[in-house]
Amino acid sequence: MIISIASGKGGTGKTTLATNLALSIGKCQLLDCDVEEPNSHIFIKPRLIRSRSVSLPVPKVDDKKCTYCGKCSEVCQFSALAVIRKNVLVFQELCHGCGACSILCPVDAIWEVEREIGVMEIGQAGDVHFIHGLMRISEAMSPPLIKAVKNEAEKDMVTIIDAPPGTSCPVIEAVKDSDFCVLVTEPTPFGLNDLVLAVEMLRILEIPFAVVLNRSDVGDDKVDEYCEKEDIPILMKIPMDRELAEAYSEGIPFVEAKPEWKEKFADLYNNIIRMV
Amino acid sequence: MKIAVSAQDSNLDAKIDPRFGRAQCFLVVDPDTWDFEIVDNKQNLQAPAGAGIQAAQIVSDSGADAVLTFNCGPKAFRTLEAAGVKVYVGVEGTVKEAVEAFKAGKIKPTDSANVDAHSGI
Repeated sequence: MIISIASGKGGTGKTTLATNLALSIGKCQLLDCDVEEPNSHIFIKPRLIRSRSVSLPVPKVDDKKCTYCGKCSEVCQFSALAVIRKNVLVFQELCHGCGACSILCPVDAIWEVEREIGVMEIGQAGDVHFIHGLMRISEAMSPPLIKAVKNEAEKDMVTIIDAPPGTSCPVIEAVKDSDFCVLVTEPTPFGLNDLVLAVEMLRILEIPFAVVLNRSDVGDDKVDEYCEKEDIPILMKIPMDRELAEAYSEGIPFVEAKPEWKEKFADLYNNIIRMV
Repeated sequence: MKIAVSAQDSNLDAKIDPRFGRAQCFLVVDPDTWDFEIVDNKQNLQAPAGAGIQAAQIVSDSGADAVLTFNCGPKAFRTLEAAGVKVYVGVEGTVKEAVEAFKAGKIKPTDSANVDAHSGI
């Protein structure tokens, strides 16, 4: 069972939901796939078991063998190679690591070298098995690191995925193959706008989903109205609560600050199970 | 000699397109005869990344010896440099005015990019 937590808009409470859910359902694993700015570990406080570097294969060109035929740059969908006069330029940061250039080079002038894009850390906190990715600063492309984090996950364990915000490639990489996705939003025009985008994304991906409304007692009723019109269940409403906000600011998960919430998150999980 | 100018439209009175990689098109002008060829750049307007590199290849393939534009990023500059194409940045006005400034020697080639990567997005 894989449940991903996504949002569209950033700062709506993905990590809050992902961490508190993970802490309320017994043995499970939490994957923080927001590798550009992972923060679930602040609340889960895992004991680090091991870490490893994650790299991407990028092309290296042997100038002595190269005939400047241009096949490599022609096949590259990301302009990571340019053949111009008697020069082959490699733009490593654009390379997605597909390997097509080295396979198609007619004179075997291209081989692949590893380029580190980030680090993965694996840990444990009580019942929660924890994995997250940390992207190298200045790196622009997170999906390969997200994929590596997901590949590292234990099979056949209940899995909660904390996804990055937005609706672009990193989010799609994080949520794909999920059995269910929870979209966290807030009752504001921004929250609604980005929720609609995220709903469109999940419908294309054919992942069943529902909404959790955070800070549910501020803003307006537009998200409620939209969900009703679109027949999207709202599984939980979390009110604006100063105590919860204070606990968050100190890195305290709110099932610890307010233990009565543990049951609500367990119910949320059971509701999701019933919907899958 | 041929001069490529990033342009917002396909005539000599068109305004310079300030973005090199994501320019609407390039006018490749012979400064002596004012004959020009229009080189389309539409495919790069929506490119998620690498627009500057592709545009530089297009310009190089057009046989241009120099590029007049407003902004040129690091990857485009590296590619143009490898192609032996001189780059003039900060050029404003119409295509005609730009080529005239070039002919009169009023503008100087740059030896580096003048904006960061992804400035044209």
